[in-house]
Amino acid sequence: MTPRLTLATTGRVLAQIRHDPRTIGLLLVVPALLVGLIAWIFDDTPVFAQVGPAMLGMFPFIVMFLVTSITTLRERRSGTLERLLTLPLGKGDFIGGYALAFGLLASLQAAVAVAWAVWVCGLEIEGSLGMLVLVAAVNGLLGTMLGLFASAFATTEFQVVQFMPVIVAPQVLLGGIFLARDQMPETLRVISDWLPLSYSIDALTLVTDGGDTGEVLRDVLIVAAFALAALVLAALTLRRRTR
Amino acid sequence: MVNSGDAVVVSGLVVRRGRSEILRGVDARIPGGQVVGMLGPSGAGKTTLMRAIVGAQRTASGTIEVLGHPAGHRALRRRIGYMAQSSAVYDDLTVEQNLDYFRRVLGAPRADVDRVIAEVGLDTVRRSLVARLSGGQRSRVSLGIALLGTPRLLVLDEPTVGLDPVLREELWTLFARLAAAGTTLLVSSHVMDEARRCDRLLLVRDGRVIADDTPAGLLAATGAADHDEAFLRLVARGAGTHGRHAASGSEGAA
Repeated sequence: MTPRLTLATTGRVLAQIRHDPRTIGLLLVVPALLVGLIAWIFDDTPVFAQVGPAMLGMFPFIVMFLVTSITTLRERRSGTLERLLTLPLGKGDFIGGYALAFGLLASLQAAVAVAWAVWVCGLEIEGSLGMLVLVAAVNGLLGTMLGLFASAFATTEFQVVQFMPVIVAPQVLLGGIFLARDQMPETLRVISDWLPLSYSIDALTLVTDGGDTGEVLRDVLIVAAFALAALVLAALTLRRRTR
Repeated sequence: MVNSGDAVVVSGLVVRRGRSEILRGVDARIPGGQVVGMLGPSGAGKTTLMRAIVGAQRTASGTIEVLGHPAGHRALRRRIGYMAQSSAVYDDLTVEQNLDYFRRVLGAPRADVDRVIAEVGLDTVRRSLVARLSGGQRSRVSLGIALLGTPRLLVLDEPTVGLDPVLREELWTLFARLAAAGTTLLVSSHVMDEARRCDRLLLVRDGRVIADDTPAGLLAATGAADHDEAFLRLVARGAGTHGRHAASGSEGAA
């Protein structure tokens, strides 16, 4: 991995997105709107206070998964990835470039959604807002890495979009949004221990309730470790020689 | 023994995809500093052979030596310019941005972007998004990327497809100029009349090289009036003086 090449790739990915203002708009506004909708639905009930933080983690994860998996699938299909791999670009530069570019977008998206949730929808946060943005951004990064990985197993855009419910839905269902994890059947609780979103939802809830920063950071590190593992798996799917 | 004048030496190359054999024991030499045309019908294995030379193709057996290294060697990544048949450019970037990104990846000087834009004649559209360009312009962006960093070997898969006669003429003139400066070019085409612009020809059919000669030598050996006819005669003759084996069996995929 060479910083110069990684940054060149990040710049290229961001330049591509800059030519597509509609995507930027959707990326930044949609999660905030959905959070707003949930706040409105559960107006006058304590539900938003409970699920609001989790939503802030879920959207960056889903959106970044979709954006990355489709973009990298396009690289595989258009031949640009093959071209890059015949050039002196490291696999780490390719993946790192994407991680940086989409990590940046995920952070922006998280900042907008958090600001909207707190200042407009009245979500009450005991802990630090910065922490909330950090957790949401790490979630976006996790989505990016899983998206990179998933794109290797799809040959069409249709397929890659189908991966979204496969990878996302179980994590959302088992993550403790609908029912606290310790109240689930034992088997499901054990499974949820192995899903990264469980830890981010836990972290978001902790920040909201003003929990221990050390515990939050431990959760963030676990999610980051999952993201790193997905990054390594994604790198293994990049092959300079193909059939 | 490898002749030091050869830029590429392929021997006994076999490539399989699933059960079909795409390349069935290809032997070929590409002398340095020449324009070598690879001609043959689509599905003959031209693209596969090119991908093998640039190190993007998994091979079953045989060896390929490129500029003194085995194909796919790390040292070759700066020395080979490869233009694939799919244009392999970013639609959502401008011509300039595409070239600049690949220039950075290669570590080539900044001035290369201007040089290449002039060489492929894209000056008027340099700030346009590639998505808005015509097919011929897109493929010239792709060719331009291959020219970045002044590689010693250029592998160009159908670079003139979809271009008008004037542009085709300009590109073949460019190829000749590059070869005169010492670059080796391997250029594929399924248009036989481009054969006369090459220094040497490789005729490929059904995963085999059925002839390897100069354009004039090929006509003389087959007694044909043009290269289309020469190709047909070689196929009809089966294993001739130039051919290694007659083409047989099922059609391979490209």
